[in-house]
Amino acid sequence: MAKFEYAPAPESRAIVDLQPSYGLFIGGEFVPGQGGAGFKTVSPATEEVLAEVTDATAADVDAAVAAARAAYEQVWGRMPGGDRGKYLFRIARILQERAREFAVLESLDNGKPIRESRDVDVPLAAAHFFYHAGWADKLQYASLGPDPRPHGVVGQVIPWNFPLLMLAWKIAPALATGNTVVLKPAETTPLTALLFAQVCQQADLPPGVVNIVTGAGATGQAIVDHPGVDKLAFTGSTAVGKMIARSIAGTRKHATLELGGKAANIVFDDAPIDQAVEGIVNGIFFNQGHVCCAGSRLLVQESVAEEVEKRLKRRLATLRVGDPLDKNTDVGAINSRAQLERITALTAAGEAEGAQRWDTGCELPAKGFWFRPTVFTGVSQTHRIAQEEIFGPVLSVLTFRTPQEAVAKANNTPYGLSAGVWTEKGSRILWMADQLRAGVVWANTFNKFDPTSPFGGYKESGYGREGGRHGLAAYVTTGESQ
Amino acid sequence: MTTSTTAAAADVSARARDLLGVSRLSNAALSSWLHGLPGVDQVGCEARAAALGTRSIKTSAKAWAIDAAISMIDLTTLEGADTVGKVRSLCAKALVPDPSEPATPRPAAVCVYGDMVATAREALGSSGIHVAAVATAFPSGRAMMDVKLADTADAVAAGADEIDMVIDRGAFLSGRYLQVFEEIARVKEACGSAHLKVIMETGELVTYDNVRRASWLSMLAGADFIKTSTGKVAPAATLPVTLIMLEAVRDWRDLTGEMVGVKPAGGIRTSKDALKYLVTVNETAGEDWLTPEWFRFGASSLLNDLLLQRQKLRTGAYSGPDYVTID
Repeated sequence: MAKFEYAPAPESRAIVDLQPSYGLFIGGEFVPGQGGAGFKTVSPATEEVLAEVTDATAADVDAAVAAARAAYEQVWGRMPGGDRGKYLFRIARILQERAREFAVLESLDNGKPIRESRDVDVPLAAAHFFYHAGWADKLQYASLGPDPRPHGVVGQVIPWNFPLLMLAWKIAPALATGNTVVLKPAETTPLTALLFAQVCQQADLPPGVVNIVTGAGATGQAIVDHPGVDKLAFTGSTAVGKMIARSIAGTRKHATLELGGKAANIVFDDAPIDQAVEGIVNGIFFNQGHVCCAGSRLLVQESVAEEVEKRLKRRLATLRVGDPLDKNTDVGAINSRAQLERITALTAAGEAEGAQRWDTGCELPAKGFWFRPTVFTGVSQTHRIAQEEIFGPVLSVLTFRTPQEAVAKANNTPYGLSAGVWTEKGSRILWMADQLRAGVVWANTFNKFDPTSPFGGYKESGYGREGGRHGLAAYVTTGESQ
Repeated sequence: MTTSTTAAAADVSARARDLLGVSRLSNAALSSWLHGLPGVDQVGCEARAAALGTRSIKTSAKAWAIDAAISMIDLTTLEGADTVGKVRSLCAKALVPDPSEPATPRPAAVCVYGDMVATAREALGSSGIHVAAVATAFPSGRAMMDVKLADTADAVAAGADEIDMVIDRGAFLSGRYLQVFEEIARVKEACGSAHLKVIMETGELVTYDNVRRASWLSMLAGADFIKTSTGKVAPAATLPVTLIMLEAVRDWRDLTGEMVGVKPAGGIRTSKDALKYLVTVNETAGEDWLTPEWFRFGASSLLNDLLLQRQKLRTGAYSGPDYVTID
């Protein structure tokens, strides 16, 4: 028994008012689906069924696109930017007011620790609305080109790793620029999107400006294929991103795709070691490693590899894995059984290929989907765990000898979303940032996000940027581009 | 001076030469050793401290932590206006922190200026509560070496169990590490069997890199405890500075097998703050440090806030400042 045993400190779920079943949010109202079956969404920490949601059919998507088109043509597309901004500010304030409700619901449905939903997801989601609210009446001064105009109806498909935050990344810029939206949350995490629909009602957002349709792959495909959709924005796997790109080839549809990653977190021998260890932990164990820009490959200079490994393992032993609603939990549940199976299969491949597996050995809850924080050492570039996105709490450690070798290994991947560089030498940071083919390069930190900073990838990590002025550009056409 | 303590000082020098791998301890050798320690990234260090500060300590954990914190306090009065009466009163408070609850633990020590040691010693008797004295021209440290040593020896002779010395920050900041090392080693010698806490005055060292170097230098020179501040300079103790010091004692144990204590002092006034420090100890240096032998708070008003929280846990209701004694 530890001397200082932290007593359970669970956040109360009483603040969340779960309904047994949810319809689709179309035209400003919750409506039943047209013939599609329902499906259940569960808490991955306990496998408890939280609610039944509607599996939207092509007919439902059609209705949602029609509502979005009507709202675009009659209200939102012609509304002065200043007035659109007022709605966005209102939504941002409501998100802040109902922050605890959103945080608890997000942790319930997704499995992420309340510490993260409370301190990262929800505040950042509100920040995205605040930031884009400010742009709504200033688009002509945003250097987007002459006469920036909305595309019209935007179809958006988002992943399960940051359900509310990805919704904010998608909806806030779309609305600020005068587009209307049909959004599909991931099938395992639909609940905060449905709560957001209630926020739209509370904010008196004109009906049809935001439409939320729940469902799985077929619903997403219906949005992608719908002829009434002018632009698509997708965050998710590279495989699905490629399908979307194929589907819209030859059509007038614009698209931004934010896909997978296999980021290198590069630690030089002159790095601030204790903070680098924190950065490694934050890079791969934040959100159970369900992060497209996760620092899943640690590249450490050979001269300090042993020291870093020792400190990292000591630190990992203090990670608290368990109940996502406990305020002291550091690592929560894996989002779904399917994802757990994928992680399990890839880690088995890592062992089979000869890498050394280590985990914290911590106790795991009996029910639900769980995976111990795991580190593989002795990993080579050729191993699958160094090449494929695991999307779980699994770190692959590789070593390098020179900055050139670090760059070569970091870039030797089909992905290019993010990278981290740890060194006390400023000139090396700048040189590395110039060499690394990654959309985001963090220096002496990792997994830092801000609505003012563009985010997006190179190569198979996708195209287009989200956040900042670059993110706005994806949601407008200008005199130049017509 | 007894032979054994002189031998102890020689041991410290010999160990330092051994750890540095040099035949003669020079300023250059100390410099390259201290500057070879890994740097501290300010943003990352502060972010880590802030994250540790979000731990939620409730019910049984809170009860344990409050009692632990009380038992780790060096109850302190260091004022020009201190009198025999004031010091006796503080000692009485240390002996009976909460008259309404006899089971309340006692603080670890009472910390006073050297001329009040005899008074404190007499008042505390054989209670087991230590008498700690600040010495070496506290708080500035600006005096001749002989004066600092005499200051220390006087306090020890008057019955101090623990000496809280200040380092010469001027010497440290101008890179005269050997001078700082020798001062600490000689004060340690003058302490005899009394425990030595080395105050680095981190508010004047400013950078975390300096805090890390001063921590290692103090440990190398024989400190039993490293302490943040005099309480006379702002900022005094902060969580990130204490985090750096806890990393230092952890790594020192890895290197030498020996434990060194840590004492944040000044500015810690609330139970909530104290709990954040205990969490940081627990998750950085580890639970071996969670005892008054290895972790202390230099504080005065903190005690009463801990007592109020303790009463709240016991009775379920908040009382108020009129229900704890001022000293």
